[in-house]
Parts: sequence; structure tokens; C-alpha cells
Amino acid sequence: MITELGHFALILAFAVSIFQMVVPLVGAHKGWTEWMAVAVPAATAQFVLVALSFIALTIAFVTSDFSLSLVTNNSHTLKPMLYKISGVWGNHEGSLLLWVLILTLFGASAAWFGGNLPPRLRARVLGVQSAIGVAFFAFILFTSNPFLRLENPPMNGADLNPLLQDPGLAFHPPFLYLGYVGLSMAFSFAIAALLEGRVDAAWGRWVRPWTLAAWLFLTIGIGLGSWWAYYELGWGGFWFWDPVENASFMPWLIAAALLHCAIVVEKREALKSWTILLAILAFGFSLIGTFIVRSGVITSVHAFANDPERGVFILLILGIFMGGAFLLFALRASAMEAKGLFGLVSRESALVVNNLLLVVSCFVVFIGTIWPLLAEMFLDRTLSVGPPFFNAAFNPFVFVLAVILPIGAMLPWKRAKIGRVLRPLLPAAVLAVAGALLAYAIASGQSALGPIFIGLAVWLVAGAAVDLFSRTGRGAIRDRLGRLARLPRADWGKAVGHAGFGLTLFGIAALTTFETEDIRVAQIGEAFTFGDYEVTLSEVREVEGPNYVSLMGWVDVVENGRPLDTLHPERRFYPVAGMPTTEAAINNGVTRDVYVVLGEAQQGGFALRTYIKPWANWIWGGSIIMALGGLLSLSDRRYRVAAGNRRRRPDPEGVPAE
Amino acid sequence: MKRLVLVLMLLASPLWAVEPDEMLDDPALENRARDISAGLRCVVCRNESIDESNAELASDLRLLVRERLVEGDTNAEVVDYIVARYGEYVLLRPNTEGANILLWLAGPALALLGLGLSVGYIRSQSRRRAAGDGATKLSEEEEARLREILRD
Repeated sequence: MITELGHFALILAFAVSIFQMVVPLVGAHKGWTEWMAVAVPAATAQFVLVALSFIALTIAFVTSDFSLSLVTNNSHTLKPMLYKISGVWGNHEGSLLLWVLILTLFGASAAWFGGNLPPRLRARVLGVQSAIGVAFFAFILFTSNPFLRLENPPMNGADLNPLLQDPGLAFHPPFLYLGYVGLSMAFSFAIAALLEGRVDAAWGRWVRPWTLAAWLFLTIGIGLGSWWAYYELGWGGFWFWDPVENASFMPWLIAAALLHCAIVVEKREALKSWTILLAILAFGFSLIGTFIVRSGVITSVHAFANDPERGVFILLILGIFMGGAFLLFALRASAMEAKGLFGLVSRESALVVNNLLLVVSCFVVFIGTIWPLLAEMFLDRTLSVGPPFFNAAFNPFVFVLAVILPIGAMLPWKRAKIGRVLRPLLPAAVLAVAGALLAYAIASGQSALGPIFIGLAVWLVAGAAVDLFSRTGRGAIRDRLGRLARLPRADWGKAVGHAGFGLTLFGIAALTTFETEDIRVAQIGEAFTFGDYEVTLSEVREVEGPNYVSLMGWVDVVENGRPLDTLHPERRFYPVAGMPTTEAAINNGVTRDVYVVLGEAQQGGFALRTYIKPWANWIWGGSIIMALGGLLSLSDRRYRVAAGNRRRRPDPEGVPAE
Repeated sequence: MKRLVLVLMLLASPLWAVEPDEMLDDPALENRARDISAGLRCVVCRNESIDESNAELASDLRLLVRERLVEGDTNAEVVDYIVARYGEYVLLRPNTEGANILLWLAGPALALLGLGLSVGYIRSQSRRRAAGDGATKLSEEEEARLREILRD
């Protein structure tokens, strides 16, 4: 019964979305206020209906209702509750339902918090947002209905893919989707602006928070995914340049470009048509990402649920939205004339270079991802494009970006002298060179690439600190430190975000430069030395989990003579899914991780792999700090004040006469 | 029951990425083997190098790489040997032959093009300002109004 209600709510939401697509857009065109105003309750209704539908599906999963084919295929009574819930989106149909839930949530938020938008612009934004909804409602209802019943329900289900039964991956998709779908707001604002034929500073201010929010969710989502790969896939890799990873990385790169470029529109009213184009591209790459993940045309280690026919549907959605958007752009972009003019050396130019580098690096990822497909279709060659290509083709752009970032961040608007910016940055540069040299000395004889990137990371973090401090003006050091706390949150957000980027870069460079590994057959009870560590496999035992059996090792680790930890690497077997997984055991530390993986029984002992992974946690720590920077920026006064204005504005007729 | 499951588990369990018994005694040679393996794709896997993969075929290839190294092949010779048997699909770093050059040049080409366009755009719009055209130039009406104000 609840299931049918959920299905029915979804169909109703589809109907409402068609209504919300047509009526407000016509109203905005004709200038009919009532027609424009219906967008607001319609957006709320859409969200409520999809939320009901989502709750219905969640109830089916929680109560293990195996009369639903989706629950049967992806759940099991013995599965822990957390994974029963995450099982809702751990499959194609459910994840699409989550996608439309978030889409309508963003639409409804624009309706709720968009009170200070001009009514016509708001109606258009909500209309375009709803058009995206229509496409995805049709997709889900016609090709991927999550509410299909089974004629003969089985006694139990087929279980969720064991790799997905993990806390990191339980929350990875929701964050990723908040990011992907958040970019639909930027797209809707861009299309609305093209329909209006007008982009101004206010538009930049409205569109930026949405982009910032989407970007910060994407940052967290990608970070979670990478962290999961690190501890779950069993050899401690954190990024594989896999098509599915690239699918989320491309929109992230474009979103990063967009949120920088929206600042130029907001502060200087320049680069307008470029910003619009980026907003369209950002959502385009979200759709391309969805296509890559859902269609499975490109093989990937992460492809859990895909179907080529559904891919065609997404390609169709992509074609319609991008085709329409680019056509509109071609017709209207010339109407956007820049107001603020700027010199060749200026903050604006630096942001242009930032955009150029981010977009080109996104393009490199894109062409590398689809090249095997193109080669097979047009060249009749089966080939692979793997990590060595991406490292060679992508990293140079990161290098240039990292070199110019601290300088560009400090350049004044309009017209600047580069010398005046370089002088305060001198200490940061000295520190960076020292860091690189130190790393080179420690790494002794390995490639210089790692140390160079470590130096760059120091340059970024120190540069961010210099940038922040320079905002405090002149005077005694103590006064300036006092003023530091009172700086606008946007300044803090910028410095924290840039420093987070530096820290992630540092983690990656340090890990790849200094990682050491030990592979051997460990005899039970026999200690062996590995670097500063003494490692003993003291016991291996069979252990039973809620829905798996496991071979668990007891590994005692002694660090410089002091007992550090007993680690429990496992090899699990999930009988229902018939799948083995490895669970690495990690002793996390600020400066290094000790990472142990248990292998097979052989030669009287067990294969044991031990890794020392220096500074590994800074990869994800840096991502969290980057996201925190985004959050600080998002909470800046200028966005809050804009929201507050609406509340304070009194109704003129409501004021009584004296 | 638990026994049975564990027996099943051992039967089903995959081989490991680089097993201890696969490794060469000479660390220099072993390092080269690891480097080469990281650049070769496991042809039966989804998207993994033979260095990371648990598949049996990957294990065979790892042993083959080591065999060739022990025979005294250079790294390039080992890779050529494997490519000759399994095709260019195994190369995770695509070569630059034929149309592949487009893949390698696409990024730098776009960067140069973008740089050219950006510099051109910034130059032209800042020159417009230098010429007094656009926002900074006052219209005749404004000039008249300005004269009026100055006269007061």
C-alpha cells in the first residue's frame, strides 16, 4: 500500500513538474504575475511529493518488503540497518529517485530563499529547473521505475554488493548528487539570464552561493569516494583516473572555474557571457558524468549498476538540454556587454588564467576518458587510457595553476603592478624552496617531481596565509592580528580554501614520494622489521559478522620500541552475494598511516602486506578544509544580508498612519 | 555450516596483487618489474593494472614480466614483448602513433588557443578604455551638465 502511494506521489510530481515548466515561463514571457507566482507553491509541492515517494521506498527497504523487485535485488534481512537504508540509493533506480529528490529540493530552496529575486527571473529559474525535473521524472518513470512489484516474492533478498556495505560509501552518493544536481541551479540561472537577456552584478551574487554549495558538496563527495577506495580496495590507492571518478571530477573542475568567474561578474560586471557558458558547461558535465556512470559504455572498476539502453535516454536528455542551451547562448550572448574593463595584469586577468587552466585540465580529463570509445568507434583500435596518461597530461596544468594561484589571489582589481604583489610573497617563496629542497634531500635520489610538488604545496599554504594577513592593512603586528578575526568571512573562505588545496596537493605529493611497502609470507608469532616498525602476525582466526564470515588477523605493531597498536586486517566472504572482500587495517596518524592487508595462507604462514603511507590523511583533510573554505565563503555577510533584507522589508500598506 | 562457508571462501578467494612468491630476489630488478606492471592493463579486469589486479591472468603476466627481466630485457623490450602478444590494449599509457597524437596534443593545443584568445580579448577591451571609448566617456548631455555644474 505504502509502495503504491509512493509510486502515485512520483507520478503526481511528474505532472506538477510539467505544470511548473510551462506556466511560469509563459507568465514570465507575457508578464502575467499570477502565472509567474504559481512556480513557488508548485516547487514546494514537487519536493513534498518526491520526498513522500522516497520515504515510501525507504520504508520498503527498512521493512525488507521483498515483494518489490528492487528490494529483492539489493537487500537482505540480515543486512545492518545502515546498509538497508543506504541500499535505497545503492542501485540504479533508487539512486535516480535520490537524484530527483535533490533536484526538487534545490528547486524548492530557490523558491523559499529566492524572495529577493525579481519575480520574472525567479519564475524563469524555477521553470527551467522544472524542465530538468520533467526529463528526469520521465526517465525514472518510463525506464527505471523503483516501485515494480514481483508476482512471487522470494523469502529473502540477493543482498547489496558487499563493496557498498561500508560507511564511507553509504554517504558518498548523496553528497555527490548534492553536487551534481546543485549545478542544475547554476544552469537554470544561466538559462533564465539568457531569456531575460541581462546579466548584472546582482545575478552574479545570486548564482554564486548555489555554485559554491554544489562545489563544496562535490568536494566532500569526491573526498569520501577517494577515502573509501583507499581503505577498501585493498592496496591503498586513492585515485585511479577511472571513468567513474573522472565523471565526478570534471564537473568539480568546471564548478571551481565557475565560482571564481562569478566573482568577476559580481564585483566587476565583466566576463558575463563566459560565466554563462561555464554555468551551462558545468551542468553539461554533470549530465555527461551521469551518462558515463549509468550507461557503462566505458568500463570502470566502480560500475555497479548500468544498462546501455538507459544510457541512450540520458544522452537524449544531454542532447536536448545542451543543444537548447548553446543555441540560446549563440542567439543571446552578444547582448551581455561587459561594464568593468581591466588591464592585462589584474585580478580579472588572473581569474581568466585560472578559468583557462581549470577548463583545459577538465578537457584533458574528458578526452582521456572518452578516447578509448572514440578510438574503437572511428579508428578501429582497442586501446586503454590509464593513470600514466593522466599524470603526464593533467599534472602540468596543476603545476602552472599552483604556481600562479598565490600571486593571482593578491593582485588588485582593474590594473596591477606585479612587483608590488611579489614582495610580500617573498617569504612564502623562500619557505617553498626550502620545503622542496628538504623533501628532495629526504627522498634521496628519487625523481624530483614529488619534492617540486611538495614545495608548491608549501607555496600555496604560505601564500594563503600572506594573502589573509595582507588584508589587515597597515600598522603594528598586534593590531593587524586583532583585525584578522574581524575580516569578512569571504576573505577567510578564500584563504582557507586555497590552503586546503595546498594541503591536498601536499598529501598526494608526500604519499607518492615517500610511500614504502613490504610484501612477505609472515609466520604466526614471528616478528619482522620494516623501517621504524616491528610487525608480528600473532594470530589468525575465523570470525562471524552479521551477514558475512571473516578471516581476521591480529597484527601487533611496535613503533621505535613502543607498542603502537594491534591491527585487525580481514578477508570477508559474503555468502549471499557470493563475494569476497578485503578489509585493510589502518593505524591512522597525522604524519603517517600504517596500513596492513592480510593475504592467503601459504608456506605455513600468511601473505601479509604492510605499507607505511606518509601524510596520507592530508589528502582528505585538505579536501575537508577546502570544503570548509567554501562553507565560510557561503556564510559571508553579503549573502546573509541579502537574505535578511527580505525579512526586514515591511509591507508599506501595513504601516499605520500617525 | 560455518566450516562449509569458509571452505567455499577459500575456493572463491581471488589471487593477490603481487604475491610474495612472485617477487624477484634482486630488489633493483623487482622495482623495475613493479614499474612496468603499473603501466600494463589487466586485460580481463575492468580498469586495473596487472600490478593491482587479483586476476589469474594478471598474475601470469606479472611472472612473464619478471621472466623477461631476468633474461636481461630492457624495460622497453619487455613492454614491446607484451604488446606484441596482447595488443596495444594493455598499454595504460597510450602511444603517440597515428591519431593518438591528437589525444596527447589536445590539452596543450587548447591551452595555447585559449591563452591567445584571452590575451587578445583583454588587450582589445583595455585598449578600448585607453581610447576613452565606452564607460568612461561622457555623452554630450553629460558634458553639458558637467559644464553647468562647474559654472555654478
